[in-house]
Amino acid sequence: MVGSRLMRPDLQKSERLRQRIQELAGTDVGRCYQCGKCTGGCPLVEAMDFTPRQIMRLVNWGAEDEVLRCQTIWVCATCFTCTVRCPRQIKVAEVMEALRSLARREGVRSPARDILRFHRLFLAIVGRFGRLHELSLVMGYKVFTGRLFQDLGLGLQMFLRGKLSPVPERPGGARQLARIVSWWAERERKGGR
Amino acid sequence: MNSYLYYPGCSLAGTAREYGQSTLAVLRRLGCEIPELDDWTCCGASSAHSLDHRLGLALAARNLALAEAQGRGLLTPCAACYSRLAAAWHGVRQGGEVAEWLREILGRPLEGTFRPRSLLEFLVVEIGSHEIARQAGVPLDGLKVACYYGCLLSRPAEWAIDDADNPQLMDGLLEELGARAVPWAYKTECCGSFLALARTAVVFGLVERIVEAAREAGADCLVTACPMCQANLDMRQRRGRPPLPIFYFTQLVGVSLGLAPEVLGLDRHIIPGLPLLRERNLVSGPVGLRERLLR
Ligand code: SF4
Ligand code: SF4
Ligand code: SF4
Repeated sequence: MVGSRLMRPDLQKSERLRQRIQELAGTDVGRCYQCGKCTGGCPLVEAMDFTPRQIMRLVNWGAEDEVLRCQTIWVCATCFTCTVRCPRQIKVAEVMEALRSLARREGVRSPARDILRFHRLFLAIVGRFGRLHELSLVMGYKVFTGRLFQDLGLGLQMFLRGKLSPVPERPGGARQLARIVSWWAERERKGGR
Repeated sequence: MNSYLYYPGCSLAGTAREYGQSTLAVLRRLGCEIPELDDWTCCGASSAHSLDHRLGLALAARNLALAEAQGRGLLTPCAACYSRLAAAWHGVRQGGEVAEWLREILGRPLEGTFRPRSLLEFLVVEIGSHEIARQAGVPLDGLKVACYYGCLLSRPAEWAIDDADNPQLMDGLLEELGARAVPWAYKTECCGSFLALARTAVVFGLVERIVEAAREAGADCLVTACPMCQANLDMRQRRGRPPLPIFYFTQLVGVSLGLAPEVLGLDRHIIPGLPLLRERNLVSGPVGLRERLLR
């Protein structure tokens, strides 16, 4: 946590980071007065390493490494509770999204590797078929993470209820979608990894 | 009435199959059949926007552009699709560099002429609860429902269809149909969304809080308009107490319109919902095969 190490604000870095967030999210983190309302309403705060309020502080201190390399931005479910509640009209959820985008573009190694894997797999399937095939996503994720047998019973239940379609659909538009996805994949590659 | 093209979204072919079934059945019964958008593709929820802001906008925007070329807006039952389509629409309407970039990567014109619509808003605002009630033959008498809106219909303000803390659209509709919508405080709490796989324990906790609140308010069941909410609430209730069934609002509207349980996919929930509806005499007729096997 922040307190465990002496940290000094770096105003130059802060300026730059806030500028980039402004471009992506259209909101100015500099307005934050640290009331903590965002944290108070966040449903996922217990799974985070920094609270949303702390993220705002870290941004304003220019602690770029910390905010791009944390769990918080990946655990955030984009529920927008923070955004609608912030008394300073900061779009906190959009800031989280901007930080995720920046982390990927900079090729930062993330501690939330399982969540990233989930998203990347999702994109791989959508890029290939044009639509999400849920069974492929769930199975793929379980193979990757070695949690193959967790939820097996649930899978069977869903299958019996006709909730798992066995074959993916592939509309003609899949090719155009593949182009968009490869634009992104290309930029990810440039980001490093 | 505006004219729309139907955008089902990916979940409605799989885990939320009963949402798709019941939506189409209800629309048909109300006499407004809406053609499906030809060649639609995934809106990217929730992974695309999690990885990259622009990627998220572009995947959703492709569908907006296809519909716009036909002079129509999109109508979608799924709360997550609605949110992503609306975010893209909003991005386009803002204009500037983002809108330019979207047109370029799509290789299509896109002005954002038509705002996407969620099915809930369409039924309540454009068709009207009163009109639906007029056509309904089975009043949902004695059913106490906790209407659960989740995040994506009630936030953020730019495209929310209802109030962020105490939305009323679903409550009003189901009350008009004879149900009693209990007042409760967790209508727009988040269910944990895509974290059901990667942070399962957290989602169990969130679901428990929501279901517990509904129970305390005296509800018999929860009603939702979001496939992810339904899946999480249906599959991640802790064992112990008797679970509460989770319906799609279209399923209850369909029951009220006198549609058969199989047509509404009422036999597809993990937590069976039909026993409750039979007990309240809202559904009658023989017990179907799947219903019997999966009790
Ligand atoms: S609610 Fe707004 S002002 Fe308060 S701490 Fe969070 S971001 Fe800062
Ligand atoms: S959007 Fe993210 S940070 Fe904000 S309240 Fe929801 S989960 Fe927490
Ligand atoms: S409650 Fe969960 S599934 Fe529903 S809209 Fe919010 S994040 Fe999505």
